[in-house]
Amino acid sequence: MNSLTQYIDLYRQNADAINSHSALIMNEMRPAAASALEGKRLPEKGDEGFKVTSIEKMFEPDYGVNILRMNIPTEIGRSFKCDIPNVSTLLGVVVNDSFTPTSTMRQNLPTGVDVMPLSKACETYPDIVGKYYNKIAPANEPSVALNTMLAQEGLFIRIGRGVHLESPIQIVNIFNSPAPLMGVRRVLVVAEQDSKAAIFFCDHTQTADVKFLSSEIIEVAGEKASELDIYSIEETTPLTSRYSRLFANQENDAKIRVGTATLHCGVTRNDFTINLKGQHSEGYLSGLAIADGQMHVDNCSNVNHLAPHCDSNQLFKYLLDNNAQGAFEGGIYVDPKAPFTVGYQNNRNIVASPEARMHTEPQLLIYNDEVKCSHGTATGQLDANALFYMQARGIPYETARRMLMIAFMTDTLDTIKVEGIKSRLMMLVEKRLGGEQVLCNDCHADCHTNISTPRE
Amino acid sequence: MDNILLKVENLHAGIEGKEILKGINLTIRPGEVHAIMGPNGSGKSTLSSVLAGNPAFKVTEGSATFHGIDLLALAPEDRSHEGLFLSFQYPVEIPGVSMVNFMRAAVNAKRKYFGEEPLSAGDFLKLMRQKREVVELDNKLASRSVNEGFSGGEKKRNEIFQMAVLEPRLSILDETDSGLDIDALRIVSAGVNKLKTNENSTIVITHYQRLLDYIKPDFVHVLYKGRIVKTGGPELALELEEKGYDWIKQEIDNQ
Repeated sequence: MNSLTQYIDLYRQNADAINSHSALIMNEMRPAAASALEGKRLPEKGDEGFKVTSIEKMFEPDYGVNILRMNIPTEIGRSFKCDIPNVSTLLGVVVNDSFTPTSTMRQNLPTGVDVMPLSKACETYPDIVGKYYNKIAPANEPSVALNTMLAQEGLFIRIGRGVHLESPIQIVNIFNSPAPLMGVRRVLVVAEQDSKAAIFFCDHTQTADVKFLSSEIIEVAGEKASELDIYSIEETTPLTSRYSRLFANQENDAKIRVGTATLHCGVTRNDFTINLKGQHSEGYLSGLAIADGQMHVDNCSNVNHLAPHCDSNQLFKYLLDNNAQGAFEGGIYVDPKAPFTVGYQNNRNIVASPEARMHTEPQLLIYNDEVKCSHGTATGQLDANALFYMQARGIPYETARRMLMIAFMTDTLDTIKVEGIKSRLMMLVEKRLGGEQVLCNDCHADCHTNISTPRE
Repeated sequence: MDNILLKVENLHAGIEGKEILKGINLTIRPGEVHAIMGPNGSGKSTLSSVLAGNPAFKVTEGSATFHGIDLLALAPEDRSHEGLFLSFQYPVEIPGVSMVNFMRAAVNAKRKYFGEEPLSAGDFLKLMRQKREVVELDNKLASRSVNEGFSGGEKKRNEIFQMAVLEPRLSILDETDSGLDIDALRIVSAGVNKLKTNENSTIVITHYQRLLDYIKPDFVHVLYKGRIVKTGGPELALELEEKGYDWIKQEIDNQ
């Protein structure tokens, strides 16, 4: 008996209802996914790669799953406005696990670009969905199989061949429910040959006194010479847990930059697996976490060099205060078939209180001699000499601390190549370190202001 | 002559339980330049750190009164606002904090302390431009991170530039001449002299008489084993240059 049992039972008892609110390609995958879960369990704290985070515990509470797709308050999405300075984005909203495009998105999506519910994509693009859905993620791993078994809806993004999308696609993930809920979030991104785009996810929780769990699988197909930027910002609540896993397959000359920023959360675990399958493909990962209170932020990276002449770089930085817990498990794997690999990894952390803890485990697995690889990690406190120097110039202690913390994050922010997203994140980081609770200009998510009265 | 800017009395201080300053007495009046010399390890840099409020050092006894205020009771930033400036022997590199943001934060914190509005962007840039000229500091350094990648000379010029911006009443120059070539020494000294008025005072901590050719002291003190053991005029520095410290050490150690 473990946390998976309740979900397998849920599926067995409601298979027809689940299928009737989904699409054929997704339904066809469910029985195999359910079988794959039999007798398995989710990773527990202490397992290899899960030194401080128990996924089993995360999924243990009796969350509801919205099988009948009831009462999805899409009007929240319509009232939502997440401002990116000087950039008009193509905005779509995912409420719990259902996607709704805004009218701006509908009107401004250029030819060759699709952002639509996954169920619709199953009908419109059965070949593409069939080719990639549940094929990029390891289908038999329990967390993936669980998602596949229960996912009824999802988000499908296709950047057509040769299309260079100028405006970023922005997806706002919102949790809103009167009762505890698991959002089974599924995303399939297909960047066709020679295409280029940026996708930006913001995660929010509106009902702050309700427990939520985001079970998210993101599959990315980076076809030849495509270029993708995928960034995500999490600003949820202490009662929100998140297990988000991104898997990207990169073909020849494809380039991907993935960035994540955790500013507010309960327990968060993000996995990033980038498979550099094609020659001269590139993968860049960056992450920043600003954690205080009881926040728990765990990022795990696996960059797999599977072909010659591929480049990768990883930079993860954590700022931990109060009782926060941070973890970074980073991996670079270089296959025997991958000579001329360049792979770097760097993790730097500031632990600002005696109670905060950081666990870090950078790893290199190199099965090839023709490589340039390095990894490094350091965990420490703010530079006392720098603090005194700033104070001696009249800068108050708290301001000096904040300036040093922002400075510490600067190089992570510099990895963001989309100017508008970068300046927005910079603003959020500054506000976060300034102790402000409501983070975005014009943000209607109100993640932190409505503890007692859930928004309608 | 009751107009006293800084009065240090019987100051004892140390680090990690080790007493370094063992009863410093020092009186500085407006407009005066005091040189503090002394062998390595005598406590010169400790004195400057303690006066500026470095939390690594603990004061165990004595007092320091700065234009009537209990200096030791103030946070380092408030000492700065009240007009104390320490030019660091080793200016600290702060990657990721630009010189412009650093100086803006410093200037506006001081204005806030005195109940003034922050400086407008235009006025601030004008101030920076004016003050840069004092030490011929290159404009390109302004966009760089504080002291990061600066040469030794640039770092010291940057210190005097900051001094020019903050207009202190008392400047402590802690071995400002160390790591400077002859040209940089001339520029830095000229900068200090340009900022000199009859109202503000300077403490020059140095090993070498050479700096005192440029920044002329009214008084020269010799610090040894945590105490000021000898005080004289500029001629004392010349004597030290010629004879070294041994004769003073002997004098003191034989007492």
